[in-house]
Amino acid sequence: MSAVIENHHDDHHHGPAKGLTRWLYTTNHKDIGTLYLWFSFAMFLIGGAMAMVIRAELFQPGMQIVEPEFYNQMITLHGLIMIFGGVMPAFVGLANWLVPMMIGAPDMALPRMNNLSFWILPFAFFILLSSLFMEGGAPNFGWTFYAPLSTTYAPPSVTFFIFSVHIMGASSIMGAINVVVTIMNMRAPGVGLMKMPLFVWSWLITAYLLIAVMPVLAGAVTMMLMDIHFGTSFFNAAGGGDPVLFQHIFWFFGHPEVYIMILPAFGIVSHIIETFSRKQLFGYSSMVWAMLSIAILSFVVWAHHMFTVGLPLAAELFFMWATMLIAVPTGVKVFNWIATMFRGSITFETPMLFACAFVVLFTMGGFSGLMLAITPADFQYHDTYFVVAHFHYVLVPGAIFSIMAAVYYWIPKWCGNMYDERLGKLHFWLSFIGVNVTFFPQHFIGLAGMPRRYPDYALQFADWNMVSTVGAFLFGVSQILFLFIVVKTVMGGKKATGQVWEGARGLEWTVASPAPYHTFTTPPKID
Amino acid sequence: MLLKYLTKFHHITIAAVLLVASPIKADWFALNMTRGITDISNEVFELHMLIFWICVAIGVVVFAVMFYSMYAHTKKKNPVAATFHESTKVEIAWTIIPFLILIAMAIPASKTLVKIYDDEAGDINIQVTGYQWKWQYNYLEDDISFFANLSTDLDEIYNLVPKGENYLQEVDEMVLIPVGKKVRFLITANDVIHSWWMPDFAIKQDAIPGFVNTAWTQVDVPGIYRGKCTELCGKNHGFMPIVVKAVEQDEYDQWVSDKKDVAMKLAELTTKDWSTQELVERGEDVYALNCVSCHLPNGEGIQGIFPALAGSDIALNNKERHIEILMEGVQGAAMNSFSYLSEVELAAVITYTRQSWGNAENGDGEIVIPKDIVDYKQPKI
Amino acid sequence: MNPEAKKTLRKLVIAVPLMFAFGFALVPLYDVFCEVTGINGKVFQSDYEDDLLTEDGRPLAIQFISTNNENMPWVFEPSEEVMKITTGEYYTATFYVKNTTNKKMVAQAVPSVAPSNAAAHLKKLECFCFEQQELMPGEEALLPVKLLVSNELPENIKNIIMSYTIFDITDYNDEPMASHEMNMEH
Repeated sequence: MSAVIENHHDDHHHGPAKGLTRWLYTTNHKDIGTLYLWFSFAMFLIGGAMAMVIRAELFQPGMQIVEPEFYNQMITLHGLIMIFGGVMPAFVGLANWLVPMMIGAPDMALPRMNNLSFWILPFAFFILLSSLFMEGGAPNFGWTFYAPLSTTYAPPSVTFFIFSVHIMGASSIMGAINVVVTIMNMRAPGVGLMKMPLFVWSWLITAYLLIAVMPVLAGAVTMMLMDIHFGTSFFNAAGGGDPVLFQHIFWFFGHPEVYIMILPAFGIVSHIIETFSRKQLFGYSSMVWAMLSIAILSFVVWAHHMFTVGLPLAAELFFMWATMLIAVPTGVKVFNWIATMFRGSITFETPMLFACAFVVLFTMGGFSGLMLAITPADFQYHDTYFVVAHFHYVLVPGAIFSIMAAVYYWIPKWCGNMYDERLGKLHFWLSFIGVNVTFFPQHFIGLAGMPRRYPDYALQFADWNMVSTVGAFLFGVSQILFLFIVVKTVMGGKKATGQVWEGARGLEWTVASPAPYHTFTTPPKID
Repeated sequence: MLLKYLTKFHHITIAAVLLVASPIKADWFALNMTRGITDISNEVFELHMLIFWICVAIGVVVFAVMFYSMYAHTKKKNPVAATFHESTKVEIAWTIIPFLILIAMAIPASKTLVKIYDDEAGDINIQVTGYQWKWQYNYLEDDISFFANLSTDLDEIYNLVPKGENYLQEVDEMVLIPVGKKVRFLITANDVIHSWWMPDFAIKQDAIPGFVNTAWTQVDVPGIYRGKCTELCGKNHGFMPIVVKAVEQDEYDQWVSDKKDVAMKLAELTTKDWSTQELVERGEDVYALNCVSCHLPNGEGIQGIFPALAGSDIALNNKERHIEILMEGVQGAAMNSFSYLSEVELAAVITYTRQSWGNAENGDGEIVIPKDIVDYKQPKI
Repeated sequence: MNPEAKKTLRKLVIAVPLMFAFGFALVPLYDVFCEVTGINGKVFQSDYEDDLLTEDGRPLAIQFISTNNENMPWVFEPSEEVMKITTGEYYTATFYVKNTTNKKMVAQAVPSVAPSNAAAHLKKLECFCFEQQELMPGEEALLPVKLLVSNELPENIKNIIMSYTIFDITDYNDEPMASHEMNMEH
């Protein structure tokens, strides 16, 4: 790979272009980061609205609000939008904003591809959301779209779903390539691999995972397309194919995907805990090795999503043990965060509140994950609300809290204004209570026997479903507050210094707040 | 503050009060997995509790340290932070110890899994086939076969009448098994992937079209046990429960013999003389079980997805095509073949749809008798 | 053009068609993989295996089950639901099938074996699942499966389930079946 060619831009630091086309044509990593973040916030609110529809229907037994076929569309789109429109673009947005600054690089390695990676996303989601208005309705086969429900029995919109997924995949792959090339080639002198900030490490590893598995997803949906329109039988037993093959291919993508959705969170939390404990992160190299182990292990555990499919005993045992093993490096990270805090000098500004909540609640999600790994027990948990509780704990107070923490932490750097601390704390507490009231009872109803993807339920599940719905509405409404806080901060507020936070370390805190449009056009001196 | 919240979201408050006041059998204490009724299910429950308590213990210890630190190491109480930031010894310790704990968990887990997979022949073998949206049971030794549909009324689901105690957990045909015998289930599906879950037996196996999965159980305590479909299979995924009744051997034998009698009587019914009124009455029941979810109670269907039967050209004018569709389904559409229904049921439901919703007045009013269906099945050449 | 770029371009131009060809090669390769490992409970046609014949076989039961997939109206039943056999010997089982409609139809039977690790030891010399079955309206037939269970079957398996699902492929019977080549000796 040839090095980025240094040219004469040093001398004229022009500011951003004027007008709306600035955002259309920008190749600036800060602008593109902003675009991704706003896009993901919008998708989060849309996916969230769907969650409100779901929880509203589940408030009481009986069908009150929607019909079962529409309900299935809601759960499908809720999953797809939150994963591919909410969490992933948010992390890419954070990568765009932070990675170049953290390594002392002037921008991403491939700025024009960066622009393309972003702009195809609104296009893809427009296609996906417009399927709600197509004949036959939107995709209704779950975000995991198993065949043959998603092939032979799918509504016509499935073809648009496939197209949409291809585009999202292309966006992620291009973004990931950009991240790898940037990190491997554009680190300022002195920023060795084992000196890089952990967020950069987390994204380096995530990017490799993306490059490895997004093509597998593309393969799965292409095979679906072939089965639906071109008479092939990849997943159709009549033609010699196998519905279980779909599941193997999907989960070979799907499991690394969930680590893609959490590794950057680990990076963010490491930064925030270090800053607000005013103490260097404990066990840097262990943290790196832990993330690497998690990433590598993530490739060999996919069939733990398929324990009830009829796998041979040897396979079930292997996948049980391999899955349990992931608890080890994950535990190491949790211990290291706590060791960072221990005998530190801690203050609890909003980012730290979210980061501490992450450590506790993500760990709880990890415990339910460990329980799920135990195959004979999984026969009772699989496809029940226990699984729903598990993944919402790791994704909402996990990934989403880390994104909120990141926004509170870095927004002074991005826009030059401090957010309102009281409002931030209020948002935190409402979200914390909301998230727990919503998802903790789902452990109960899952264990008690309520399956997932059910629009209605037997009477013994009514009480906790009602509680869960109340929590969901509380959490949902709190995000409007978050929107208000973010907009208010962007529009004005107490001016931020370059350092912003007393204990913050890293190159991004050495530049002014807001960060100049172009930073590190000459590499910084690292000692 | 709480009052303000409650009055602002008054509809939630009212609903909550009604819920508490109503006689619905909701349950704050439905918190944990069932022990179930078999040796295996008890073993699975014990395993679940073991892992759970280990997780709780680890959580308590880890969070205790963390919460202590959040209390004692604030900037106020500890203005000068320590500087330690690495320790290889500690990293090794907290890698090895969790690893050992995991091994301790894996051993009983593996033992139980091996037991579940130890799958010899059953005294009784039942083929379980998942359909959209019901289960079919086929007792291989005794050659009896029947479908089990959800028997909860639509009126209960749509909140027109109060919900019964076994709301969404009741069916029109229970699966009877004898106590004390090993029962083996051979699980497959007819269309999409379903999953057969009996929590009380700790059995869950996916029902995959074209493939067979096996599961076994031995129930020693008579009783009624309820299960559910646990793989998204379309719109009525939530509405295809399972009910297994374990009974003493003599009751089981009697039930088998009764079922065989029913099969014989059905064959006789096919040849008797049916009046239009009788067919329509019978057909209405068949319709309610098999057709209403897509074609809707008034035969109006859903535009663009499920064709209307009320006023349909086929129902009005084309008895032959009407029979053909029921017998063979429609290729490329969601309408399956219903030829697995008895000749009586088929004739009844076709007659019902041709006679209802104004179709008799507006069309040729032709009815179909069971013999027509028998004739359809004869070789034509 | 920059010589580095030319070299990369040359590599790409070769790699793309190679990968495409690899995609096609996967069709037979997947068959080979399944055959060798016996996964999926799929069993393929075997040649007459003299060396698996033995007098010292052990008793075993095979249960036959039949399923009609969705739109398939044919009658389809095993002649015998359970067959008591001995390992190391050939047996013939039959399935009764009848086209109850007034149209000519074509069916494909798809086998599935449980437990899955028994599949590798179940050798089929002849099976109606190897080829498409065409029946005229009202026609009925007895379809054979000639099989042998090798004595190498693990001891703890005392009972094998052979399940067949028939699918209606009347509209697709111009398409060759996606998997293995049929080497029909009959």
